[in-house]
Amino acid sequence: MATSPEAGPVLPPSLVANPRLGDWLRVLPDGVVEVRSGKVELGQGVITALAQVAAEELDLDVARVRMVAAVTGISPDEGYTSGSLSIQYSGAALRVACAEARTIYLGVAAGRWNVPADVLTVQDGTIAAPDGRTTSYWELADDGLLDRPAAGLAEPKAASAYRIVGTSVPRLDLPDKLAPRPRFVHDMALDGMLYGRVVRPPSRRATLLDVGAGPAMALPAVVTVVRDGSFLGVIAEREEVALRAADLLRADAKWQEQPTLPDEDDLPAFLVSAPAQTSVLAESAPAASTSAKPAVRSHEAAYHRPYLAHAAMGPSSATALARTAPAGANGAHGRNWDGVRLEVWTHSQGVYLLRRELARALQLAEEQVRVRHVEGAGCYGHNGADDVAMDAALLALAVPGRPVQVVWSRSDELGWEPYGPAAVVRIAADVDARGDVLAWQHEIWGNGHVTRPGFASSNRLLAASHRDGGEPIEPAADPPLERGGGAGRNAVPGYAFPAYRVVNHRLSVMPLRTSSLRALGGFANVFAIESFMDELAQAAGRDPVEYRLAQLADPRGRAVIEAVVRRSGWADWSASESSRSAGHGIGYARYKNSSAYCAVVAEVEAVTEVRVRRLTIAVDAGLVINPDGAENQVEGGAIQATSWTLKERVRFNSLTVTSDTWDSYPILRFSEVPVVEVEFLPGHGNPALGVGETAQGPTAAAIGNALADALGVRVRTLPLTEQQILAAMPG
Amino acid sequence: MPDTDPKRVTVLVNGRPEEVRTEQDTALLYVLRNHLGLKGTRFGCGLGLCGTCLVLVDGQPAYSCDTPMWAVADRDVTTVEGLGTPQRPHPVARAIIDGQAAQCGYCISGVVISAAALLAANDNPGEDEVRAALDGNLCRCGAHNRIVRAVLAAAASLRASRDGASRDGASRDGASRDGD
Repeated sequence: MATSPEAGPVLPPSLVANPRLGDWLRVLPDGVVEVRSGKVELGQGVITALAQVAAEELDLDVARVRMVAAVTGISPDEGYTSGSLSIQYSGAALRVACAEARTIYLGVAAGRWNVPADVLTVQDGTIAAPDGRTTSYWELADDGLLDRPAAGLAEPKAASAYRIVGTSVPRLDLPDKLAPRPRFVHDMALDGMLYGRVVRPPSRRATLLDVGAGPAMALPAVVTVVRDGSFLGVIAEREEVALRAADLLRADAKWQEQPTLPDEDDLPAFLVSAPAQTSVLAESAPAASTSAKPAVRSHEAAYHRPYLAHAAMGPSSATALARTAPAGANGAHGRNWDGVRLEVWTHSQGVYLLRRELARALQLAEEQVRVRHVEGAGCYGHNGADDVAMDAALLALAVPGRPVQVVWSRSDELGWEPYGPAAVVRIAADVDARGDVLAWQHEIWGNGHVTRPGFASSNRLLAASHRDGGEPIEPAADPPLERGGGAGRNAVPGYAFPAYRVVNHRLSVMPLRTSSLRALGGFANVFAIESFMDELAQAAGRDPVEYRLAQLADPRGRAVIEAVVRRSGWADWSASESSRSAGHGIGYARYKNSSAYCAVVAEVEAVTEVRVRRLTIAVDAGLVINPDGAENQVEGGAIQATSWTLKERVRFNSLTVTSDTWDSYPILRFSEVPVVEVEFLPGHGNPALGVGETAQGPTAAAIGNALADALGVRVRTLPLTEQQILAAMPG
Repeated sequence: MPDTDPKRVTVLVNGRPEEVRTEQDTALLYVLRNHLGLKGTRFGCGLGLCGTCLVLVDGQPAYSCDTPMWAVADRDVTTVEGLGTPQRPHPVARAIIDGQAAQCGYCISGVVISAAALLAANDNPGEDEVRAALDGNLCRCGAHNRIVRAVLAAAASLRASRDGASRDGASRDGASRDGD
């Protein structure tokens, strides 16, 4: 345990925020330990890794750990499950809380037997004394023991003593998903549950002028139609009827539409000219003595990424239940919901923040709202999960006492979710005679990356913006760089350049809602930086690997590059061995400049379209809790990034998003997926770093560099489609 | 106009005749999930483009999200629940767990259906054949390569059990001949 000289033990931040031990774990008399984390399962395997941490410190078999899904009012409040921080934050808190709980229970046993606690041993929860007497956590189970704040009484285990952490424990959630047993929020089937559907506007900023609810209401099993301004929904006893009723409403609704979206074919021009707030995110000027080296050349290039969709396989869904009729409520107009208790089942990434946002939007006290996490499909960031919770809440408030389940259509999922923002990144560098960088300038244009609920003082929910008098969702903000940044994530060069400057132009208009998508700005920035490094190496006539290593001081960064070079056979690789149109390329970054290190080598083949044949990846994430799970995350991230890089682009016209099916928003298919090899470097006693996002940027850059190697053409606009390659060809 | 008149509709699901009350043009998916409580078949797109809703109709993969009830009136529907039980999982489901070949798992029922159909027709597919057979299944988490390895492992286990069964059969035959 770390200590500070004045105050004793320094507790992990999540434990400081949620100090009561009993909020984190509870021993049950039947031989189970319930563990609560504020972090939620998003398909990334985090509950398994956290169960390992708890089991390790308690000396338990993992099978005895029951991970309890986050729920407001009971679970620790750990904000959002985002930023690859779950292991760093929740893992650290659980380590300390569970170590202390172990010490407390051992203290009780020691007291009963009148022996010193340090002679006792624990094996799978059974506590033994040297004289052979035994008891167990469950025999001693007493909630009162953990009804106290963590005090840092116990030293967590040294990593060298780990038996469970560091092993590939199978995922706790997969057996249900394969059995299959209902486990997704979509699978909920509460007594009396109704089915709701929302009819979204046909375009951005469209307002609902008129709708005849008659035909929909005439359908058998339709319960009611809910309209509030431009929010339009229907509730039915059967899901198939809700779908038909929504179709009837959609066909009948009259909307006033207006063009609000920029020209998609000239998106970079819009991004660099739209109104924006400009800020210098980071700057490092050379000391006078070192600036004497004269620059002999300057280079500049601009890169572009389009809007990207999270595109979850399972459309957003939530179920809500409003209990007790609102006193004096008169439908959608009287928003007097005093006395109502609202319960929401959601796959949101942050139950407490969603509760805060729902309460504000519905003018309820937070205590009137309970938000429960239930797993959804993988989300990869802020998608429609929170929005659909508001949809379900609005519909449920119209039918108190009956739960209402809402599932978005595929078209609404791809068409209305908040997107990863489009961006332009322009880099300029002065180099010396050898081509090494002397001064580096990185500029970003685009929307911010956060419109997540619960932080801002203004509305962040789609349905709330459509209600009568609803506040539009304000342009996205960015977290500060010290918290990982948004657009500026990974924009500060990780190389030892003598001088650099990073400038962000955050748009103050937001034609399409944007928010957090896996890796945030790290995707575009690393694609740009690492593409530009290859361009500089080429201009200097140097090998891209040698060029990077010559300017990279961080030994852990150098080690992942050296590892991936070795493993991929970089030095021996030649295009002629395979085919004329093949190429290889490298990309590297330390995610967020503070998290896991990752280097990727891509091998591509470019005939009419780009095909990625192989990705070789080396990662240093410090201590790895679950090696197989970590490998799965890195490989999955790299495959998703391959899909973004080769195929994905949100399409739109002046009115609305047009890429609203899997045909118009294609993603990588099984037959297009590259071979992926992942190597983790030894942890060397370094703390655990999240791995879920580390491969995104390096993969894109490696593919772009491999394409340039294959064709001799530098494509700076994503996705790397045939059209973009042709556009990048000289003359 | 949509059919808006609920009727008694019968369908054979996992070998059991079932009767539900819905409209004839209701998609099979909603009958399976809500009327029959078979939640393993999942909604993904409603257009037959992603594979999360796949079931077997007379042994062939079919998208239940755009298959109306009238089209399956006299057909044999098998859902992922019909392929195995938690105690005796289908070899593909078993291999997916053994290989930890999923992340969020939302697509995985459809994957099991596609792979089961493939292996029923060909229990010795090459990797390219597995990938081609799964091209109608989208996976957003990037578990593709693990899934392909799991399907190949399931194929190997099916062949091994078939060979084992035929060896057993042969030895039983031999024993009986010896006994004659």
